[in-house]
Parts: sequence; structure tokens; C-alpha cells
Amino acid sequence: MQVLLDNLDLFVLGFTNTVVIFAISAVFSLILGCVVGILRISPSTPMRAVGTVYVNTLRNTPLALLMMFFALGYPKMGLPSLDYTTLAIIALVLYTASYVAEVFRSGINSINRGQTEAARAIGLTFTQVLRVVLIPQAFRNVMPPLVSVFIALLKNTTVASGFSVMQAGAIAANMSERGENLLVTLLWVALFFFILVMVLAAVQRAFERKWAV
Amino acid sequence: MELNNTVSIASVEATDPLVVLKQVNKFYGEHHVLRDINTVVNRGEIVALIGPSGAGKSTLCRAINRLETISSGEIYVDGVALPEEGRALASLRADVGMVFQSFNLFAHKTVLENVALGPVMVRRMSKGEANKVAMEHLERVGVANQADKLPAQLSGGQQQRVAIARALAMNPKVMLFDEPTSALDPEMVSEVLDVMRALAQSGMTMIVVTHEMGFAREAADRIVFMADGQVVEESPPAEFFTEAKTTRARDFLQKILAR
Repeated sequence: MQVLLDNLDLFVLGFTNTVVIFAISAVFSLILGCVVGILRISPSTPMRAVGTVYVNTLRNTPLALLMMFFALGYPKMGLPSLDYTTLAIIALVLYTASYVAEVFRSGINSINRGQTEAARAIGLTFTQVLRVVLIPQAFRNVMPPLVSVFIALLKNTTVASGFSVMQAGAIAANMSERGENLLVTLLWVALFFFILVMVLAAVQRAFERKWAV
Repeated sequence: MELNNTVSIASVEATDPLVVLKQVNKFYGEHHVLRDINTVVNRGEIVALIGPSGAGKSTLCRAINRLETISSGEIYVDGVALPEEGRALASLRADVGMVFQSFNLFAHKTVLENVALGPVMVRRMSKGEANKVAMEHLERVGVANQADKLPAQLSGGQQQRVAIARALAMNPKVMLFDEPTSALDPEMVSEVLDVMRALAQSGMTMIVVTHEMGFAREAADRIVFMADGQVVEESPPAEFFTEAKTTRARDFLQKILAR
């Protein structure tokens, strides 16, 4: 406990940044993931191909590699310079969106084909079918896997610590500079992550109760 | 009865063609599911598509609003060739009502919402106007008192009548029925067939895939008998059920009427 109280500044800073990075990445990966997911089920072949290439490329790339690309490669590309935190968020969004897209696609595919056929038979367009018939029904099925993806995202924020982004995963490194016991520090960090994940799981349960059949 | 297996199928007289199929072929891989289908359905005509299972009846029915694509040939609805996937196809489908074997009501919407959805989203009616139209059609099929329930709370027969109302609310030029009573418990078949008979009498053009020979015999103007992806025989029901020209049709009738 003394370890925690003595270094509260580091813990507060680290976890605040983690939550902020997580929240921003979650919102944008949800948006991008839905767009890519829609591409994946689009009736147009070229659009489907774009979606498939995106998912296969991003999902097959280790996150650390992607982070490294943004931390080391991006600044040399002559594009507007961004700080490491922003670059880390971009990498997290691109990576997580590929998982969100797959969750979204499987959610839509879990809806009986007849629902789509009936909607198309009365003359609804592809986007209308999605908006009015499929997404409202898929939402409930998608919640549990989506929360899993976001839990993974929360933990993946620690990968950014390798690139000088101060967040929870970097607490331990900073603490060892202060000469604290590394093992105790790591246990505290793990406990706080555990609590954050419990919060996400509670959100999931609340959603599931609300949309229970 | 004269045994003659080489009768040529008299082509139907196209007096006022609404649905025209020309040389329609479809393959599922190697499997040839529709073979050189040529037929015409005139405005106001009731056509019953019958035949053994696997004959291609449902595939043919679903091809008319392009829920199934075809490999070659042409399909016209009211003079317009079926368009590619897109807005033009959506607006053509709006004019072709379809009733499915498994009802396919939107599970998360009430009965009234199911019927009013098309008029609002496709016909751009106001919500109030669409609800009024929807209630009229629900009354017509006798389920107006269930308007605020979810589909899962209705019996199969009621669900199928709602599905008919949903299709009719779009004011379609032609109605396609893909085995509308095959998923129903026996005691509910007649309530759906009664609605279909009334619809037939109102002058609606109907294409009905069915195993209900009684309905086909009384309500249809013409029987199209299919087997192995081909139209084997086309004739008025009185003729078809008493003196089918082909052995294939006679075999089928013998089996199905012997039950």
C-alpha cells in the first residue's frame, strides 16, 4: 500500500492517460469498424474486396509492429507531425477496427436470411435494410463479443508504453527508476486493470439486461 | 386416355403480358436447376406452379424479383427487364409482392410496423397515412386486432396473413407466393388459402408455388407443371387434373392425390 501512496502521482497520471487513450480509440474504432464491417457485407464486389483486404492486413499485423511503424516510420514520411500519443491512438484504432468489423459482420450474419429477403422484397435498399432491419436485431448479439474486443483494446493501450507514451503500462518502468519494488508495482497495475475491466463487464451486463428478449 | 409423351407445350397466348420469361436458365455449379423456361403471365391471371420437390418451382418464383439470379435468359416485369442489384431493382421489387414459406416478418417490429414499413420507407407516405393503409390491409386479412403484437406472439396462420398484408400494402402489380402454406400446421392452412382465394377474386395477378392441389384446381387459371428444372406441361386446371398430357404429370398427380 505504501508503494501506491508514495507514487500516487504516477498511478493517477498513468491510468488517466490509459482511460483517455482507450475512450478515444474505442469511439473511433467503433466508427471505422462499422464502416469496414458494412463494406464486408456489401453487395458490391469491389467494396467487399476493400473490406476484406483491410481486415486481413490489419488483423494479421502484430500491434507492436503497427505501433513501431507509426512511431518510427510515420515521422519520416513527410506528413504533418503528430505527437506519440496521437500516433499510438491511430495505430490502436486501425488495429481494433479490424476486430470490430468482424464482430459487426458476424452479428449481421447471425440474423436469419429471410429477414433480409423480406426487406429487399418490399423494395428497401441495401442501406435501408441494414439500418431498419439488420442492425437493430444484430445489436443484441453483438454486445458480448464487442465488449471482449474493447477489453482487449484497454489492455492493448499498454503496448504504447514502448513508445514513450505515459500510460498505465509505463508506470512500472518509471517506478523502477524511483527504486521501487517492480513486482509490487506490477501487481498494483494489474489490480487497477482488473477493476477497469470489471467496469466494462458491468456495462455489458447492463446493456444485455436492457435488450433482453 | 391417350398415351402420348411427346406433346409439345402450347405456348401461352400473351394477351396482356405482365411477367415474361424468355429462355431462362440457371446453374448451381454443375447442377442445371432451371432449363429453358419460357412462359408468360398475363395481367389478372392466377398461375399455380406445381411439381415434385427439387423441380425448380421456388427458384423460378424467386427469380422473378431477383432474389435468385439467373445464369442466362431474360425476365420482364410489366415490360421492364429485371435490373442489376441497385436502386432500380429495389423500385421494381416494390411493385412485386412476395410471400415466403417461413413468413419472414420483421421480428423486432409490431404487426402494424411490419405492414407500414414499406409504405413509409419506399412509398414515402407519412406515418399516419401508412398506418391507415396498413390497418386497412390487416382488416382485409382478418388480423387487425393483433396490430400491436410482435410476430412471435401470433400463430403461423396469423403471421402468414400479416405477411400477405405487408406485401399488399405496397400495392403491387403481381404477387408471388413461395409455398405459403407449407410451414403451417394443418388447421391453419385454410385461413391462409381463404385470404388468397379472396385476393384472386379481386383480380390480383398471382404466381403461386404450392402443394395444395385443391387450391390450384379451384383458384388457378393455369397450371404450370415443373419437373427437373423444366416446364413439362402448362394447361388449365380442369384439363390438367383430369387428363394430364404427360406421363410425368400423371405420375405426380397419382402420387399426390392418392394420399
